[in-house]
Amino acid sequence: MDSLFILIPIALVLVAIAVRVFLWAVKSGQFEDLDTEGKRILFDSQTLDDDCEDNLFIKNINRK
Amino acid sequence: MQHCFHCGLPADASFSMEINSVEHAFCCAGCQAITCAISESGLSDFYQFRDKQSAKPNEPVPAFSHYDLEAVQQEIVRPLDEAYSEILVSLSGISCAACAWLIEHHIEKIAGVRKVSVNVTNALCRIEWNTAECKLSTIFSAIDEVGYGVSPYLESRQQNERGAQNKSMLMRLGVAGIGMMQVGMYAIALHAGAVQGMDSNWQHFFRWVSLMVATPVVFYSAQPFFSNALKGIKRLRLGMDVPVALAIGLAYVASVWATISNVGEVYFDSISMFTFFLLSGRYLEMKVRHSSAFAAESFSQLLPLAVNRLIDEKGGDVVVQRDKKNGVELVPLSALNTGDKVLIAAGDVIPCDGVVCDGEGSVNEMLLTGEAEPQQKLCLQQVWAGSVVGETALTIRVDAVGTDTKLASIEYIAHRAMSEKPDKVVIADKIAGIFVMCVLLVASAAAVYWYFVEPAKAFWVALSVLVVTCPCALSLATPAALTAGALRLRKMGVLVTSSFFIERLTHLSRVVFDKTGTLTEGKLSVERIEIVDSAVVDSEERVMHLVASLEANSNHPIASAFTSALSRLTVEKRKSFPGHGIEGVIESKTYRFGTTAFASPQTPQRYPGAGLWQLLSCEQKPIAWVLLQDKPRSDVESCLNELSRLDISFEILSGDREENVDRCAQRYGFQSYVAGALPEQKLAHVRQLQSQGDSVLMVGDGINDVPGLSGAGISIAMGNSTHLAQTHADAILLSGNLVSIARAINFSHKVYSIIRQNFCWAIGYNVLALPAAVMGLVPPYLAAAGMSLSSLIVVLNALRLNRNIGADSLPFDSGSATSLSMSPSTAG
Repeated sequence: MDSLFILIPIALVLVAIAVRVFLWAVKSGQFEDLDTEGKRILFDSQTLDDDCEDNLFIKNINRK
Repeated sequence: MQHCFHCGLPADASFSMEINSVEHAFCCAGCQAITCAISESGLSDFYQFRDKQSAKPNEPVPAFSHYDLEAVQQEIVRPLDEAYSEILVSLSGISCAACAWLIEHHIEKIAGVRKVSVNVTNALCRIEWNTAECKLSTIFSAIDEVGYGVSPYLESRQQNERGAQNKSMLMRLGVAGIGMMQVGMYAIALHAGAVQGMDSNWQHFFRWVSLMVATPVVFYSAQPFFSNALKGIKRLRLGMDVPVALAIGLAYVASVWATISNVGEVYFDSISMFTFFLLSGRYLEMKVRHSSAFAAESFSQLLPLAVNRLIDEKGGDVVVQRDKKNGVELVPLSALNTGDKVLIAAGDVIPCDGVVCDGEGSVNEMLLTGEAEPQQKLCLQQVWAGSVVGETALTIRVDAVGTDTKLASIEYIAHRAMSEKPDKVVIADKIAGIFVMCVLLVASAAAVYWYFVEPAKAFWVALSVLVVTCPCALSLATPAALTAGALRLRKMGVLVTSSFFIERLTHLSRVVFDKTGTLTEGKLSVERIEIVDSAVVDSEERVMHLVASLEANSNHPIASAFTSALSRLTVEKRKSFPGHGIEGVIESKTYRFGTTAFASPQTPQRYPGAGLWQLLSCEQKPIAWVLLQDKPRSDVESCLNELSRLDISFEILSGDREENVDRCAQRYGFQSYVAGALPEQKLAHVRQLQSQGDSVLMVGDGINDVPGLSGAGISIAMGNSTHLAQTHADAILLSGNLVSIARAINFSHKVYSIIRQNFCWAIGYNVLALPAAVMGLVPPYLAAAGMSLSSLIVVLNALRLNRNIGADSLPFDSGSATSLSMSPSTAG
């Protein structure tokens, strides 16, 4: 039980850090766009490489 | 019927392209070009990622070179260090997160661009780039190339204030939430200790720890309550903040005293919970207010940023010099003064009010008058800011700039009309004052009573009474339902931009429709072709190709009917005769297209019937007639049927000629209509209807509708209407489907029933809980918990409005997509 004498102050320090981080996040605009970032993980399933041979091939046959 | 791969509108068979060995159809050259640009950049995954159709691009392609001007950049670019600068850009046509992906990847590839970040919620893009390595105009052109409108973001002071308010509220809310959870944990320990028995050391320890965490909650998060309460008391007006501030303040002081002297109860947990839930209510309310203001402001940036000013040799009405290169300088609009002369190129927007001093040609004043037909302007005739120059460049002497222009004055009047408070809020303020008085009296009475009966209870009973009677649920009842309702309407294609829109819809008795652009598409299209001389033209396609070639690059509304025809023949010696027609030489023959007197002057022909007929002639001999028509929207009948079912009367209020309006009215069964109305007359008519006791909804699209839109009790602007009309309306019909209006009216009744349910619940809860608190049955923490629970019920009830979405939402959402972003504490 006595360990709480140390643990709770440690918890308080962590809470203070958490609050600091939260305030920084709000000030730097992290909460402004909640939609785009959620969907961003679904993108970029392939690396885009313009010099890749396959892409050149596709570009050529797509012209009409 | 095939749909355009890019934007979803009906496709034209002459446009098609193969992507990944699948044939796709398009509706116009613009969409095809964009899709080509996207797949050539290797970004065709965009079409798999997106969940909404893209917007159809605007033509013609704008020029961006003036953004490289030093003077213009000073206003919009922020230098970060010697090499890099940053700019915030407003985008149009963003419909979903995939658009952000597309733009970011496309722009990142430009050499010199360091960082691109697109925000879909407010359609803004932040770009950091090396000013030496690449030009701003290159970046703008690249964005335009993949099909999005781009313009610099000019933040207004109000937007700054709102942004700051939003951030500070969110920070307070976060601190209160974290504090509440921490103190809650310690409170459980204290409560358990109270039941099971606890060492007084531990009790002391936990109390001090709770005090430390609760202190920032009280002094930082709850600070708005205290300052508002003080302001109210100074003005001798009691607002809801007074009992709240009293409860928090008294509880905090008592708890601190109890902690120091080790006597009595502590209420840190109740204070923190109370603060958190109250703040979330305020936050939601603020979001409602802000979201309705947001959509309105981003539309007022019509005028160009930079203009060509003539370098002054002598002052006065001197005829301008012919040598344009040496005589003009590109200056920012803000540098323009009255008396300056500016040169406006063909197709550009006039940036100021003034008088023509050189050149003569047509000017399209549709933005201001709603008249689609360009006006012929000669020397010394007046022109207005916001109108578009026709085919010949004009030199204008500036009479008024900025806030002195007619455009600005129209906007000002409407903004003033919009800032009127909805009626219910004013009444609510008065009632709140009386209510607060009663609450304070009851709390003091309870305290006095218990002081004599059982003094230990007196304080916390008074506290509980104050907490329980806080109408947190009551203040959440309306905003929660309005927010959920507006979200649902947005999915139906109606973007709500004013807070009283839904409320006033429920009282509606009459709908007034504008004709051109509202009941009709607002664009001319080819209805019929009649071939007169089949020896010269053998098919309708040939006629279309000839006319399209002649009308290529013309800004006249008639030309827009022919832009979809793809193949163009080369035209030599093209000459336009404003008001009459257009002439050109194709394959060594002279063709004319226009009025019958113009096209075939020797043998004037009679028009084959009513409507807008134009004659195509070859060597002045008539060869074909083309009938142009403004196509009516497809769902007018279903909308009117629904309105009759709801017992709402409707009429047309149009500036167009009597015979056109009559024809339209006959077709749909309108009981009454008004034709040939000038903007002021539209407003007068609306006022007259209102004085007869009607509650009027006006649906319009042009600036000639603006006075009517501001004056009507509620107004809706069409999604593709002029910017000023959208600023003045209470809602914007993004989808262009008129039947959504009828659906919105139906839905508003549902929203109102939810609001009523919420009110009943909130009042019922208060009525039941108050006696319980006075009798001492409700300890403070239970009071705070009960209050939060009742608020939660109110919010969940409001969210019921978002159920059953499938039936009402529409697949195509054209136009700019702005969405209400909900706070993290409620489901979106």
